[in-house]
Amino acid sequence: MKAYYTYFKLKFITGLQYRSAAWAGISTQFFFGFVYIMVYIAFYESGGKNIPMTLSETITYLWLNQALLALVNQFTRDEELFKMVREGTISYELARPKNLYFMWFFKVLGQKLAAVTLRFFPLIIVTSLLPEPYGLGLPVSFIGFIVFLLSLTIGSLLVTALTVLYPIVTLATMSEKGIVNLMITIADILSGIVVPIPFFPLFLQKISSVLPFQYISDLPFRIYVGNIQINSCILPIIIQFIWLILLIVIGNLLMKKNLKRVVVQGG
Amino acid sequence: MSFIEVKQISKTFRVAKKKSGLKEAFKSFLKREYLDIKAVDDISFSIEKGEIVGYIGPNGAGKSTTIKILSGILNPDSGECKIAGMTPWKERVKYVKKIGVVFGQKSQLWWDIPAEDTFDLLRDIYEIPEEEYLSTKNDLIEKLNLKDIINIPVRQLSLGQRMRCEIAASLLHSPEILFLDEPTIGLDAVSKQLVRDFIKKLNKEKQTTIILTTHDMSDITTLAKRIILIGKGKVLYDGSLKKLKNMYETETYISIKTKDSLNIKKKGIISKKKNKEGYDLVINTKLISISELLTVLSHRISIEDIEILEEPIDKMIVRLYEDYQI
Repeated sequence: MKAYYTYFKLKFITGLQYRSAAWAGISTQFFFGFVYIMVYIAFYESGGKNIPMTLSETITYLWLNQALLALVNQFTRDEELFKMVREGTISYELARPKNLYFMWFFKVLGQKLAAVTLRFFPLIIVTSLLPEPYGLGLPVSFIGFIVFLLSLTIGSLLVTALTVLYPIVTLATMSEKGIVNLMITIADILSGIVVPIPFFPLFLQKISSVLPFQYISDLPFRIYVGNIQINSCILPIIIQFIWLILLIVIGNLLMKKNLKRVVVQGG
Repeated sequence: MSFIEVKQISKTFRVAKKKSGLKEAFKSFLKREYLDIKAVDDISFSIEKGEIVGYIGPNGAGKSTTIKILSGILNPDSGECKIAGMTPWKERVKYVKKIGVVFGQKSQLWWDIPAEDTFDLLRDIYEIPEEEYLSTKNDLIEKLNLKDIINIPVRQLSLGQRMRCEIAASLLHSPEILFLDEPTIGLDAVSKQLVRDFIKKLNKEKQTTIILTTHDMSDITTLAKRIILIGKGKVLYDGSLKKLKNMYETETYISIKTKDSLNIKKKGIISKKKNKEGYDLVINTKLISISELLTVLSHRISIEDIEILEEPIDKMIVRLYEDYQI
């Protein structure tokens, strides 16, 4: 277990070195946050019917999304893992007496947590100081906040399990361009980081409720804003947890299968 | 039974066949053609504990593939292999604790951080007890002269410095077997010498079994008594380097400094060239010995100076590859 922790720690420490990337990320996230908010305000003011979330719920959701984007998105991939597969450095990883899946899992987790640590605080502090209705609101209740933290923790592990899958698939396809990039794009849309899930058309909501993606961040964010009541969030959290276990099992099996026929590139 | 026992190992890779040109590109978009390449074809050998074996062959002969199979990274299509009583690809996690690998063309060190941090990571991965780790590490730092470079981020090291760190990283867990895949590639003469001396010492002191692939023949001459030559995935020669030399090293270069003119035709003299100060001869030592030639020469001309050169081993290897048509 200690080895996996060291992997995580090293990746976390190296991740903290990328400060200018973080500042660039922060400004992008402020920019996108404001653009989104303008669009939604226009949308609410045009007087649409049956809007599934209140304006302040939506805005808080959007800011949480921006503040935690580095953690909950799947498109910033761990370039190192893909490179390892492409260029064959994976030889070294395979020559280690450890489970490769979990080595990668903790690498990705470390990288994600480092990235979010650098970006999270400035966004949270500034946006919570913004005037109504532009700012980040408080959680619905104290219990709501605790449940949000629990759900976000499972969600972070869930997104890690998903992010690790892509380099594992690349073991078979040899390049992440093409099918893998397509998968990532679809997964990101269905996770609600572009448009919150309640704004999806009904059929798409139904589809996405049986997929793992909306349990990454959409569920915890809606718990935070109170769009999902505390007493009705037990089932989704159980589903979230089941998906986490399931994806770890799938990842392990797929890794085993792909390693059998892996072609180590180069040299 | 030997320490390393390899029996009839084969591995085939499937490669997409593509011809050049736009038309062919469209064709292959609809219908792919594949080509099966036998990277390793029915290879068998055995190696005893404590041996240093040079594994040589031209590019694409299957050297790296064999190393990857032996180190548990690749699964062969068929064949058996027992190393220290284990099948590498079946008991990978248990097996790799006993081996160290260095791939000269790849890096295991973390790019952004000093090598020492990677060493600490390896300590945790291999679960090396702290005391043992410190003594092994200090020993390696001293022998590979790493003291001044171990705290510099790896991306700022020169290739030679990095390679020394790579080798140290592979030996922290005191493996019984060390696989070196082109460890001296791209190194300057001094670094090469340092690496070679270190490998030699390691083998002597710790009885580490070493399998070495290289294109640098002086690696082989200084390190390995035994070589395995492969080409097109097959073992072509397995035995001592000396024997191979006797079989092949039949050409000798003799340059003579003289003022006289020389007219000589004798069996065994392959070529004769006049230069500014005398003559360059190439002889076949199987047909005429050097002393024989010298006797003949001294009768005819007065020799001011003479230089005898053995055929460089690289040239011998080229002839060897040609003879085996690989």
